[in-house]
Amino acid sequence: MKVLVPIKRVVDYNVKVRVKADNSGVDLANVKMAMNPFCEIAVEEAVRLKEKGVVTEIVAVSIGPKAAQEQLRTAMALGADRSILVETDEEVQPLGIAKALKAIVDEEKPELVILGKQAIDGDNNQTGQMLAALAGMPQGTFASEVNVADGKVKVTREIDGGLQTVELSLPAVVTTDLRLNEPRYASLPNIMKAKKKPLDVKTPADLGVDLTPRVTTEKVEMPPERSAGVKVGSVDELVDKLKNEAKVI
Amino acid sequence: MSVLVYAEHDNATLNKVTLSVVAAAKEIGGDITVLVAGKGCGAVAEAAAKVDGVSKVLCADNDAYEHQLAENIADLVVELAGDYSHILAAATTTGKNFAPRVAALLDAPQISEISDVVDGDTFKRPIYAGNAIATVKCADAKKVLTVRGTSFDGVAEEGGSASVESVDVVKDAGISSFVGEELAKSDRPELTSADIVISGGRGMGNGDNFEILYKVADKLGAAVGASRAAVDAGFVPNDMQVGQTGKIVAPNLYIAVGISGAIQHLAGMKDSKVIVAINKDEEAPIFQVADYGLVADLFEAVPELDSKL
Ligand SMILES: Cc1cc2nc3c(=O)[nH]c(=O)nc-3n(C[C@H](O)[C@H](O)[C@H](O)COP(=O)(O)OP(=O)(O)OC[C@H]3O[C@@H](n4cnc5c(N)ncnc54)[C@H](O)[C@@H]3O)c2cc1C
Ligand SMILES: Cc1cc2nc3c(=O)[nH]c(=O)nc-3n(C[C@H](O)[C@H](O)[C@H](O)COP(=O)(O)OP(=O)(O)OC[C@H]3O[C@@H](n4cnc5c(N)ncnc54)[C@H](O)[C@@H]3O)c2cc1C
Repeated sequence: MKVLVPIKRVVDYNVKVRVKADNSGVDLANVKMAMNPFCEIAVEEAVRLKEKGVVTEIVAVSIGPKAAQEQLRTAMALGADRSILVETDEEVQPLGIAKALKAIVDEEKPELVILGKQAIDGDNNQTGQMLAALAGMPQGTFASEVNVADGKVKVTREIDGGLQTVELSLPAVVTTDLRLNEPRYASLPNIMKAKKKPLDVKTPADLGVDLTPRVTTEKVEMPPERSAGVKVGSVDELVDKLKNEAKVI
Repeated sequence: MSVLVYAEHDNATLNKVTLSVVAAAKEIGGDITVLVAGKGCGAVAEAAAKVDGVSKVLCADNDAYEHQLAENIADLVVELAGDYSHILAAATTTGKNFAPRVAALLDAPQISEISDVVDGDTFKRPIYAGNAIATVKCADAKKVLTVRGTSFDGVAEEGGSASVESVDVVKDAGISSFVGEELAKSDRPELTSADIVISGGRGMGNGDNFEILYKVADKLGAAVGASRAAVDAGFVPNDMQVGQTGKIVAPNLYIAVGISGAIQHLAGMKDSKVIVAINKDEEAPIFQVADYGLVADLFEAVPELDSKL
């Protein structure tokens, strides 16, 4: 069985981003970039399924700038067999990305597509669900457990009230939550090997999809700053402040 | 303009987050229709009809909708999408699950987790774990929005007198089925709507130690939350996680105990009115956002707090 893993190049999660002075966006010049953490979890899950013998081939795909090749190489160092970059320097939004991924799904015909539940830059939490809809596939979002058996996949989902388990027919889309697994680190020999694995570069035109953004960003601002308050010296002082100053208890 | 609001519920009661979604719908303007889809959800539809500002309630009561399976719910919403200019759902795990499916099927863009309505086409939303706020505009005739509940004060539960219409559209995609669920049971208030939240982090050491937080919570009528580290370590279940990838809370009072204050955690609680941090490390970043910081060992400070309330 083949698995497709879409991955995204994003600002490293340790970076506290700054808004540009002209409010046109976030300043990404010279900022450390990395694979979106939820995508790392997606790659790891695919690799574990391969190690269990459920999966035979893992294809990683990214839509983005040339530099996203770095993240595809990382995915291959972690265990993906080959990868595809749909190269574009334009802004792409979830619906466009989902359409591009649908075109790749039509070509590759994977039984399972594993994505991150959200990218930590856009925080949209849309792409997997949109792809599932366009491809007519069922979806298991926010997964904390995935079991493939008998032509179906059982997914335990992290929902607001607790956990929910659903069973989906294949092919299906799964999006990863934080507790699905703990991604491994790539070993040096695997990083070297990944350099020789195939990386196909395509353009949106090759896929025949229109990626034109439908939502425009008017401006990006800093959120209201919270200023640090005071340190209290004792529990008594804390209780007093909460009762008489903040009046919240 | 006309707005379709998807009601959040458990087949028995209308979740209060829907009142916030209706508030966002009111800011957009136009007639507001609420869709209640579920199984045996008549009481929810009755409650929705009383909500201030709602002009019509559609009730789709069928086995296919009992567990809010995204495949079936999305097909239903698409079928009913008709002339609505805006389709709104709460940014809960239910809304986040089906709404993008609806958007894709309608070839409409989705704007996630709006925190403000500027006008019918323009919205604000947090990006980068709330470190930036984007104002985005979309001129498409139809759009799908999810609404961050804590950013909108809910409309009144009473005051409306909408009609309830039953919808007999049955959409069962047949590609997914419900197997089971494990829902957390708690007598404490719900995390996202509580006035006071007390959260524990890795500093709590283990799950049993959360008992000292539960005691304080019960005295204050508070909900109990946690950091990702506490959830990952297995101290408490996932539904208690506050943060960028957990729940977003904005109570009057947030007490962070043994939590360092990583940006991903702050993303979920920094809109709280008053923040208290109890941490033994005076350099912990949580103190940079705390109104009141207490540098202390939590195992001494929390029991003392309990005894003084
Ligand atoms: C040059 C450039 C400029 C941009 N400027 C802005 C801007 O100013 N404002 C703005 O809001 N957005 C901007 N974007 C778009 C934004 O960064 C996101 O790429 C887009 O909105 C997708 O949302 P998300 O990543 O939050 O999706 P989510 O739905 O949260 O992503 C979920 C999952 O989908 C998959 N996925 C997402 N994106 C890709 C991808 N590209 N390739 C492969 N898999 C993917 C991953 O598995 C990911 O974990 C820009 C993009 C580019 C390339
Ligand atoms: C993609 C991604 C998403 C994430 N999403 C979230 C999220 O949604 N929510 C979230 O919370 N995190 C999230 N994180 C994790 C986040 O980066 C931090 O790792 C996490 O918040 C740390 O939790 P903590 O503060 O409990 O633990 P730590 O950072 O280990 O802090 C523990 C604190 O307890 C204090 N302490 C220890 N013992 C005592 C004592 N006896 N008395 C008083 N104080 C004590 C210490 O001084 C320390 O400050 C995410 C990370 C990633 C990469």
